[in-house]
Amino acid sequence: MMFAGIYGFFTRHNMLAMLISVELMLNATDINFAVFNRFLFPAMKEGYFFSLFSIAISAAETAIAIAIMINIYRNVRSIQTKDIEDMKW
Amino acid sequence: MGATFETIVFGVLAMFIIVMSVLTVTTGRIVRSATYLLFVLLGTAGLYFLLGYTFLGSVQIMVYAGGVVVLYVFSILLTSGAGDKAQKARRSRLFAGLVTSVAGAALVLFITMTHHFVPATGNEIPVETGINNIGRMMIGSGKYEYILPFEAVSIFLLACIVGALLIARKR
Repeated sequence: MMFAGIYGFFTRHNMLAMLISVELMLNATDINFAVFNRFLFPAMKEGYFFSLFSIAISAAETAIAIAIMINIYRNVRSIQTKDIEDMKW
Repeated sequence: MGATFETIVFGVLAMFIIVMSVLTVTTGRIVRSATYLLFVLLGTAGLYFLLGYTFLGSVQIMVYAGGVVVLYVFSILLTSGAGDKAQKARRSRLFAGLVTSVAGAALVLFITMTHHFVPATGNEIPVETGINNIGRMMIGSGKYEYILPFEAVSIFLLACIVGALLIARKR
């Protein structure tokens, strides 16, 4: 799932599709933390709580990124990566 | 018998997640991509339930599958990308992305499979933490308790609310 997210992040033009790929990467790491906690340290809870807080933070970061996308759409009328290259040198 | 049933369920869930995530990043239409993302998130919640972490699975369903996917669908409809198909990337970029992902996946799989994981010592059967214990750990200030990340996340959420309102307000 992590590498599917990396592939999607590299090859997609639509910025919302890039955000969806970032969600895939974040989910993959959450699963990783939870599984390591369960099988290697079953008496501790650190990985479990890390996954919990990571879910909360990822949701908030997605909301901010989508707000930025909507603002870009209002100004540039497009959310493809090749249309926002004004500040690129 | 219990262990093999668990392995079968894990195998089914893992194949489901892999297939859906590959479909998410390769499909042309973006609404389909959001739908496949929903299935990936539900499969991940299923994995959490299989591990015995029911609270984590419930939070995953509520926040991710119930909140983030709705947010994505609304933003797709607002930016009106729903109708058109994505134009294909250049051949070289697609190929470079594919080679990078496959090479990275092969490297990580090799390291994971050949690493000698030390299994947990102690033969206690892991008992699921009740929600009252989770709540107590979340707002406790002892050694392994999580009041500081909890408060930090609450301030972070406040900052995100204010930021999102400010970014997306009507001029």
